[in-house]
Amino acid sequence: MGEAIVITSGKGGVGKTTTSANIGTALALQGKKVCLVDTDIGLRNLDVVMGLENRIIYDLVDVVDGRCKIHQALVKDKRFDGLLYLLPAAQTVDKNAVTVDQMKKLMDELKQDYDYIIIDCPAGIEQGYKNAVAGADKAIVVTTPEVSAVRDADRIIGLLEKEKHMEAPKLIVNRIRNHMMKNGDMLDLDEITEHLSIGLIGIVADDDEVIRASNHGEPIALNPNSKASIAYRNIARRILGESIPLQPLEEANKGMFGRIKKFFGVR
Amino acid sequence: MKKRQNVTIKGTKDGLVLRLDDSCSYDELKRELDQKLSANTRTQDERHLISVKLEVGNRYVTEEQRDELKELIRQKKNLVVDDIVSNVITREEADQLRAENEVVTVSKIIRSGQILRVPGDLLLIGDVNPGGTVIAGGNIFVMGALKGIAHAGCYGNDQAVIAASSMKPSQLMINEVRNQAPDIIPVDEKHEMECAYIDEDHQIKIDRLQVLIQLRPDLTRLEGGH
Repeated sequence: MGEAIVITSGKGGVGKTTTSANIGTALALQGKKVCLVDTDIGLRNLDVVMGLENRIIYDLVDVVDGRCKIHQALVKDKRFDGLLYLLPAAQTVDKNAVTVDQMKKLMDELKQDYDYIIIDCPAGIEQGYKNAVAGADKAIVVTTPEVSAVRDADRIIGLLEKEKHMEAPKLIVNRIRNHMMKNGDMLDLDEITEHLSIGLIGIVADDDEVIRASNHGEPIALNPNSKASIAYRNIARRILGESIPLQPLEEANKGMFGRIKKFFGVR
Repeated sequence: MKKRQNVTIKGTKDGLVLRLDDSCSYDELKRELDQKLSANTRTQDERHLISVKLEVGNRYVTEEQRDELKELIRQKKNLVVDDIVSNVITREEADQLRAENEVVTVSKIIRSGQILRVPGDLLLIGDVNPGGTVIAGGNIFVMGALKGIAHAGCYGNDQAVIAASSMKPSQLMINEVRNQAPDIIPVDEKHEMECAYIDEDHQIKIDRLQVLIQLRPDLTRLEGGH
């Protein structure tokens, strides 16, 4: 019996879909059987980030309405040997096409076959959010070091705490720009974690590579050299129960010279 | 058989007291009250009003009955009911009274969009985040940081206070008085262990916690002792 983890944030544009794609990818790289579920019905894009858009035949709404079997709708990612699947969102209907009970039933079915189900939640706190959360066992809240994102994360955490069937949510701080945090132009990590007072499961630095990879339909987690990739891989390992210290943000900013020095073991 | 007196009139140093028996029926009581007071009217010609106190013993008088009694007595020219004292209250009133005098302890973080409301005093072990609201009929004590909205004395208590370990609210309200945070708060100001209260000018004032010892001695609930 697997577990379902919902990736949510309240605010849009903080990186829920990217985070879902990369955590899913990183878990599959660890040898787990993973199913990504896009619940952003009407505005699907997890399939695009994963590069699976062209292979969609059926979608989530088709499944819950009984027009097809689950396995017909699941899109297999060929880069992984039967370890990673995507259940895409419908594009032609809206979020009210699915009910909370249907989602619960769907998740229970998926949990039989997969180790992890990563649910990409839509922005907002309406029906789409309720559907995404209904079948989840755990939640990861994504925020960026901006006041507005943290405010919405706070709201979402408040709502998640009311869900009795779920464990306490964990936090990912995404798109960290180290120089801005240092200058005090962005909220710093301590400020965010103190404010939200939930456990931090990972930090991801702002990295141009993430956008480039998304646009190519290749999650950054597949590229072992990028710092964002390492961050996502670390998050996946923390989900698996390993205890891995947070990556220092400093190191990422040392540049070429720093890397050479590190290569030669100079401190 | 000697008829018992259902209404006795007594003069005390605080004024006239009408003692109404609590074992007879209400109608009987009304009738006798009417008779007794009518008998007295002829001797009273003075203009000024005499206030009387009604003691009804172990009888519960409803709001309607209170009005009726007041009206009945008021008709007797220069008597006016000052107060009606009863030994009994309803269970509902008792519960309400208890709730309003209780300190409710809550251990959680009040997050954006959440509202916590208690009838009495609130002792919050945790923070009130921006966008979160706490409302209390009595005082509000926040053990953590108050960064959202706090409204104390919401049923009309001017004496209520708000205290917090870190006082950085976005808005404060005590009874009907509202106080908004300045738009720019210097980051380095700590605002630790502070309280808010309504001062003589009817404005909310924020000061160090210790001023409450002088300003609101009633906060001490401990009886006796030293």
